[in-house]
Amino acid sequence: MAIKKFAVACYDDEAVLFPAVKSVRHSGYKLHDVYTPFAVHGLDVAMGHKETDLHVAGFIYGITGTSTAVGFMSWIFTSDWPINYGGKPHWSLPAFIPITFELTVLFAAVGMVLTFCYLNQIMPGVKKHVFHPRQSDDYFVMAIELNDHTNEQEVLNFLKGTGAVETSVQTAESEWWYGRWDKKEAYELA
Amino acid sequence: MHLKYESIVREPLVDGDKTYANVTEDIVRPIEQKPGRMWYVGFIFSLILLGFGVFSVVWEVYWGIGVWGINRTVGWGWDITNFVWWIGIGHAGTLISAILLLFRQGWRTGVNRAAEAMTIFAVMCAGQFPIFHMGRVWDGFWVLPLPNTRGPLWPNFNSALLWDVFAISTYFTVSLLFWYSGLIPDFATIRDRAKTKFRKRMYGLASFGWTGTAKNWQRMEALALVLAGLSTPLVLSVHTIVSFDFATSVIPGWHTTIFPPYFVAGAIFSGFAMVQTLLILSRRILNLEDYITIGHLEAMNKVIVLTGSIVGTAYLTELFMSWYSGVLYEQEAFKWRILGPYWWSYWAMMTCNVVSPQLFWFKKLRRNVPFTFIMSIVVNIGMWFERFVIIVTSLYRDYLPGSWTYYSPTWPEIGFYVGTFGLFFTCYFLFAKYFPVVAVHEIKFILKTSGEGQKKRMDSIEQKSTEEFLHEQMEHAHH
Repeated sequence: MAIKKFAVACYDDEAVLFPAVKSVRHSGYKLHDVYTPFAVHGLDVAMGHKETDLHVAGFIYGITGTSTAVGFMSWIFTSDWPINYGGKPHWSLPAFIPITFELTVLFAAVGMVLTFCYLNQIMPGVKKHVFHPRQSDDYFVMAIELNDHTNEQEVLNFLKGTGAVETSVQTAESEWWYGRWDKKEAYELA
Repeated sequence: MHLKYESIVREPLVDGDKTYANVTEDIVRPIEQKPGRMWYVGFIFSLILLGFGVFSVVWEVYWGIGVWGINRTVGWGWDITNFVWWIGIGHAGTLISAILLLFRQGWRTGVNRAAEAMTIFAVMCAGQFPIFHMGRVWDGFWVLPLPNTRGPLWPNFNSALLWDVFAISTYFTVSLLFWYSGLIPDFATIRDRAKTKFRKRMYGLASFGWTGTAKNWQRMEALALVLAGLSTPLVLSVHTIVSFDFATSVIPGWHTTIFPPYFVAGAIFSGFAMVQTLLILSRRILNLEDYITIGHLEAMNKVIVLTGSIVGTAYLTELFMSWYSGVLYEQEAFKWRILGPYWWSYWAMMTCNVVSPQLFWFKKLRRNVPFTFIMSIVVNIGMWFERFVIIVTSLYRDYLPGSWTYYSPTWPEIGFYVGTFGLFFTCYFLFAKYFPVVAVHEIKFILKTSGEGQKKRMDSIEQKSTEEFLHEQMEHAHH
C-alpha cells in the first residue's frame, strides 16, 4: 500500500496520446502508467515496455500437459494395471495421441490464463484506483507520479501543452487492494 | 490521419459515424435498461421448456433408460443424435474467435462475443446427453481417471468414447476461458459507468479489477493470440474425436475414414447457421444493426455455402465408396438409408443441407435478412437429420435380419431434447441481458480503420493524386 500523488492527463485520441507519451518520457517526468479503453498497438513500445513472456509460459505449461498425459497413460498401461485390449500392445502410442493433445491444450490454456491474472494482478475482489471513469470508455488517461519537489502547476501546464483535454491532480493508491467497488476508499473521501 | 489505413473499397464493419463513446453507449445501454416485454416472454418460455426437460430427465433417471425408445438394435437414438447436433453447433463460436483471429478477419469483432457465448451454451446442452444416456448417472464419475475403490482400475484411455470426455471437457474449459478473458475489459467499462451501487459492485467483481494499463493490454493481446493458436486445432480435434465414436467401430455406414473432415465441416455449417439465427434476432431486438451489419451476415453465409458444399460432397463420396468398396453390408446399409423405412430422414437431410444452401451463391439472397433467417433454421433441421441418419439408419438394420427393427422416440426423449432448448435459450437470454453482446473493446480497436465514418473521411484522401498526397504528407511531417 502506497498512497501517492499523481498528475493526470486525459486525451481523446490515440494519435495525440503517442506524441504526449514521447514528450513525457523525454522531459524526464516519472510516467506511472497509461490507461486505455482498448489495446492500442505500439503503446507498449512507446512507453518502453518489453515484450511479454506470457507465451513462453504457455509453451512450458503445454509441454507439462504433454508429458503428464504420455507419462500417466504409459505408467497405467505398462506397469500399474496392464490390460489386454483385443491383443493390442500395452504401450500403444498412436492411441494416446488424442488425450495427449487435449491435455496439452488444457494445461497451456488454464496455466496461461492464471499467469495472465497473476501478472496483471487481477482477481475477483481486487480493486485498483480508476483515475478517470472514462478511461474504459473513450479517454486515454496518462498518470504521472509527483513527489515533493515537482511543481504541480508546471506539470499540469506541460500536460495541457501536449494536447490533454482534461487534467487533474489526484492522491491515490498506486497498488491493488481487496475492496468493494461500490464503496469509496478513505483516501478518496479525505 | 489515423495510424492504420484500410481501403474504402472494403465494406465498413461499423455503420454510422461513431465515436468511441457512441460504441460504449450503444452496446452497454441494453444492459442498463429494464428488459422489454419480449425479453420476459422469451425468458419465461425458455424456463418452461427447461422445466419440462428437467421433468423428463428425472423421469428417465427414476424409471431407468427403458423409458426411452432405444432398444437392443438401436442403442443410440435421439440422445446421441442430439449430443452430436449440439456439439456441432458449438463449433462456430471458437472458429470465429480463434481461426478468424489468426486470419486477421476484422469482421469477427462484431459477432465473436455472441458466437462464443452460443458455443459455451451449446456444449453445456450437448454434455447432458451422454451423461444421462449412462442411465445410472450417479456412476458417471467412472469416466474420470480417478484413484478408485474398484482396485486401481482405470478407464480405457484407448477408447474413442473416453477421448470424447477429454475433448469435450477441454473444449468447454478453453472456450470459457477465452470468452471470459475477453469479457473482463468490457465488464470494467460497465463498472466504470455504473450508476447503481449493486451494479458497480457486481461488475467490479466480474471485471477482476481490470484498469487497462498498457501492460495489461499487451498481455491480453498475447493471451488472445496464443489461445487462438491453441483453440484452432482444438476446434478441429473435438468433432474429429466425436466422429471417431462412429468411425472406429465396425458398423456399416460408420466405419469410414472420411468421417473426421466431414464431421468438422458439418459442425461449422450448423454452428454458423445457429449464429445467424441468434444474431439476426439479437441485432434487431438490441438495436445492434450498426455493429452486426448485413456485411457480417453475408460473410457468414459465405462460410455456410462453402461448408454446405463440403458436406454435400462428403455425402456423395460416402455413396460412391459404399458401392466401390464391393462390401455387401456397406451397399445394403446405404440402400436402406435412401430407400428403406427411414427414406424421409435421408431426403430431408439432402434437401436441407445440400440443395437449399446452394441458393447462397446469389449475392442478393446472401444479403437478404429474412431469407438468411429462414435458411439458418433449415440448415439446422438438415443437420439434425444428418446425425439421425448416421446413427439410426446405420443401426436399425444390422448384420442379422432377425434383429431388424424400427425406432421411434418416446416422450421423455423428446422432452429431454426440448429441455436442452430451454437450457440454451435461458442462458442466452441471461447473457443478452447482463453481458455486452458485442465485444466493446474489440469494436473500438477496429473503429478507426473499418468504421463507416473513417471511410468517409478517407474518401477525400483517396480522390487526391499521388503528388498532392505526398506533398501534404511531407508538409505534415515537417510540422
